[in-house]
Amino acid sequence: MTDASITASDFEGSHKSSISVEAEFKDYFELLKPRVMRLVVFTGLVGLVAAPSSIHPFVGFVAILCIAIGGGAAGALNMWWDADIDAIMKRTSNRPIPAGKVNLQEACGFGFALSGFSVMMLGLATNWFAAGLLAFTIFFYVVIYTIWLKRITPQNIVIGGAAGAFPPVIGWAAVTGNVSFESILMFALIFMWTPPHFWALALFTRSDYDNASVPMLTVTHGRKSTRTHILVYTILLAVFALAMCFTDLGGPIFIVTAIILNALFLKGAIAISKRDETKSENDNFHVERKFFKFSLLYLFMHFGAVVIDRGLVQLALWGTS
Amino acid sequence: MSIRPDHELHSRRLSRNVGLGLILVTFVALVFGLTVVKITEGDVARAITGATANE
Repeated sequence: MTDASITASDFEGSHKSSISVEAEFKDYFELLKPRVMRLVVFTGLVGLVAAPSSIHPFVGFVAILCIAIGGGAAGALNMWWDADIDAIMKRTSNRPIPAGKVNLQEACGFGFALSGFSVMMLGLATNWFAAGLLAFTIFFYVVIYTIWLKRITPQNIVIGGAAGAFPPVIGWAAVTGNVSFESILMFALIFMWTPPHFWALALFTRSDYDNASVPMLTVTHGRKSTRTHILVYTILLAVFALAMCFTDLGGPIFIVTAIILNALFLKGAIAISKRDETKSENDNFHVERKFFKFSLLYLFMHFGAVVIDRGLVQLALWGTS
Repeated sequence: MSIRPDHELHSRRLSRNVGLGLILVTFVALVFGLTVVKITEGDVARAITGATANE
């Protein structure tokens, strides 16, 4: 938000081009990366619902809101630090900072203020362990990923995925006050899912990360290596997903869902690993695009199955899991 | 003096002011709701009568 004053000539519109563009409310909302926030809210909610004890619905609502705001604050701080490369890349050049709607200092202050607010509110509403986890998530995403490792390692997607994997752990901790094997497996599911999801995307989008000097696996190790990486991570992902079947999270719906989804996901990863660039370009990366779309469904259905199983247990349709 | 139409700048500022206002109202509602839940374990009727969870 710039603090431009309005002059008489501005009213007349005669110097419109000289006026700094002031931010609208939606520009600040854009700083919170609302698309990423949807995943944060959903997985955080699943962690909260799947936890073995209960929480008052209003406190649960506040907890999810705090997790969402904390995730958004991390996004704002990410945009603050990465404003230079956001301005270079086409995909991010319309973000509020490179577009000139929000200046760097405001984005920084906005991010820090919301970080402090979300952590404090979560601590007061639920417990300080969950608040500490949220604070660590923000720290991890901003300092470890954005500031330190994003620009120096092609494994940046893997590291960034860890930050995105924390919400179900925080949701779980908000209810129970601790971390359990189940919440760690939910973390692992998102953590292992992120690399194949983004690398599939990187295969069929013309990335301009190299222009911004951000090392991406497709550029640093080549596309063939990226395809192999997708397969390896998908195998590891299947191991963690199926391991969830043997915990309290593994109700009948989840077990069936996990077996089917992981078989299909693995099939897709094998198909990707076997393809060469000529074949992919000829069909406009049909398999890669299909795999990417399916990866969204994959994560949604795994976590959705956890909620359905928990709901059925609540309705006592089958024994406690 | 004739009435001049609002500059686009005003609509931007209005959206910020309205947004901030809504956020502040939401914040008050959240703190109030949390207070009621924490003190009365969610029993609004007890909150109205002033009774606490321990009574």
